[in-house]
Amino acid sequence: MADKVLMKGNEAIAEAAILAGCRHYFGYPITPQTEIAAYMAKRMPKIGGVFLQAESEISAINMVYGVAGAGFRVMTSSSSPGVSLKQEGISYIAGADLPALIVNVQRGGPGLGGIQPSQSDYFQATKGGGHGDYRLIVLAPSSVQEMADMTAKAFELAEKYRMPAMLLADGTMGQMMEPVELPEPSESKVEKPWAVTGTKKERKHNIINSLYLNPEELERTNFERYERYKTIEENEVLYESYKMEDAEYCVVAFGIAARVSKNAVNAARARGLKVGMIRPITLWPFPKDVLAKAAEQVKGFLSVELSMGQMIEDLRLATACRRPVHLCNRAGGMIPSPEEVLDALNKLKGECEA
Amino acid sequence: MTVFEKPKALTDKPFHYCPGCTHGIIHRLVAEAIDELDIEGRTVGVAPVGCAVMAYDYFACDMVEAAHGRAPAVATGLKRCMPDHIIFTYQGDGDLASIGMAETVHAATRNENITIIFVNNAIYGMTGGQMAPTSLPGQVTQTSPYGRDVATVGLPIKVSELLSSLDAPYYVERVAVNNVKNVRNAKKAIKRAFQNQVEGRGFSLVEVVSSCPTNWGKTPEAALQWIDEKMIPYYPLGVYKDRSKEEEQA
Amino acid sequence: MAKVSFSVDLCKGCGLCVSACPKHLLVIARDKINQKGHSPAEITDQAACIGCAFCATMCPDCVITVEK
Repeated sequence: MADKVLMKGNEAIAEAAILAGCRHYFGYPITPQTEIAAYMAKRMPKIGGVFLQAESEISAINMVYGVAGAGFRVMTSSSSPGVSLKQEGISYIAGADLPALIVNVQRGGPGLGGIQPSQSDYFQATKGGGHGDYRLIVLAPSSVQEMADMTAKAFELAEKYRMPAMLLADGTMGQMMEPVELPEPSESKVEKPWAVTGTKKERKHNIINSLYLNPEELERTNFERYERYKTIEENEVLYESYKMEDAEYCVVAFGIAARVSKNAVNAARARGLKVGMIRPITLWPFPKDVLAKAAEQVKGFLSVELSMGQMIEDLRLATACRRPVHLCNRAGGMIPSPEEVLDALNKLKGECEA
Repeated sequence: MTVFEKPKALTDKPFHYCPGCTHGIIHRLVAEAIDELDIEGRTVGVAPVGCAVMAYDYFACDMVEAAHGRAPAVATGLKRCMPDHIIFTYQGDGDLASIGMAETVHAATRNENITIIFVNNAIYGMTGGQMAPTSLPGQVTQTSPYGRDVATVGLPIKVSELLSSLDAPYYVERVAVNNVKNVRNAKKAIKRAFQNQVEGRGFSLVEVVSSCPTNWGKTPEAALQWIDEKMIPYYPLGVYKDRSKEEEQA
Repeated sequence: MAKVSFSVDLCKGCGLCVSACPKHLLVIARDKINQKGHSPAEITDQAACIGCAFCATMCPDCVITVEK
């Protein structure tokens, strides 16, 4: 077993990406994720990799598109306003069925917003973000260890399903230092006969493209993609279930909100309230089935979010509104305290028992 | 003996361009350069958005279709991960000089070792003839129906001059394809722009003054004359940047 | 002896070859129509062709092959 090292979340992402065989990073500085770029700038030249500070987020994601088209593991990272700029490129990457990793270390919005942590890009990450029908695989780590593990996982899933994957973290996670056991080195094991690596005049030319002027053909690509998405929804859902065995109330939270909520769950239990937590690790595919099942068990749900309530919509859909679903939230860079979550749980209990 | 035939680096797909549109000539020149340098098997082209959007169907090498204006960024990614490959972009004036200006200028100032074929026909062709950043003063287009009014929309961008003001780019030349002599010069420039990349010299851009008979509202022949009478006086042909010369002098 | 041949069905009848020919040997055959629906270019006097390939140089559609 490897030794643990103390690392910032952002640095753990960067090192884990390198360990996963990523040798191409393109980015643009933006708080609170710039450590990823800085780390890559330092490391890539030493290992024969490429670090390039692009002229914009838009250029960075299009450089990613180029490298992804050639079949190499490649990534970019940014924070909310920068990720908005990348949406055009992400849509093209999805439309051309290319694997790539996009990291979003979220900050408050909308607009320039702030530089403090947020989860208000949930809609953007899980519902598409750019134009057209497409999905991203969205992984939401809640520890520095998971930031490293999920980075490796994201590369693997992106290649397996030929689609972009997003690591959705937040400013706190990015800046937080924790001991981490770095993942074992890995590399791509997927054949890429579609990649534009030069024909060597031995095959017909490959074309990386998302343009289909024939609507029937375009429709076919959309349906084919959604078939793949169905497989992902069946096979790749990740979540953590915490003290749910006898729970009467269920907190649903991801990322940093889940860490706060875990404390609140423990505090509630100390006061005799049977609370558990389901923490989605994949935000897309969303753990619908486990939440639907939980709705048969618990009296009510509490969605804890660093946004005005975005995941709560998926929670309501997953549970078909069979139980009350409350929101406990802070926004704009604020984080709810365990006490606030506990208060919200008491209110939920009050309503459910009224 | 065959003295002239279709180059091998073009596929058999017929061009979709309008009759008399000189995109076809420029495609052919690019393909001839690829053939003569024998680089087809390791070349990856990047197609733009605009009339040449389907260039990916016409070149026999591997191709990538980029978002509008982003071709130099896509090409940068390709070149950085495959330094021994030959990467070129083929872009129009809206793509390169309007929405993709940042990508163009920064690829140039990095002296990115790529080849850019920039087709300047002073109009947006694919969308039906709107004003381009290179439309001439007074030029009537769908979005400048009373003629390009320089007081409100400014003057055209001279891309070759602009890029040559940068220290970094290796080679920038403006050519035209409106007569046999100019086509032959264009061929030399395009071949050189690829040769530079083969030799690892850096950023090479050839601006090709081209025609758009359909959206200029002219016959193909009259459109070529308009290049002589209006375009070339505004966009003088010649080498704007040649660092091989600078290096010789140094 | 020089010879020009046309991939007739690729021709869009734009006429750029016609005006490029220094010997004025090319015409647009108004009485003919190709697969694309264009009247194609053709040579009126093959024997007079000097094989300069000006026509092929100006052809945007790679219609013309020149042999000498």
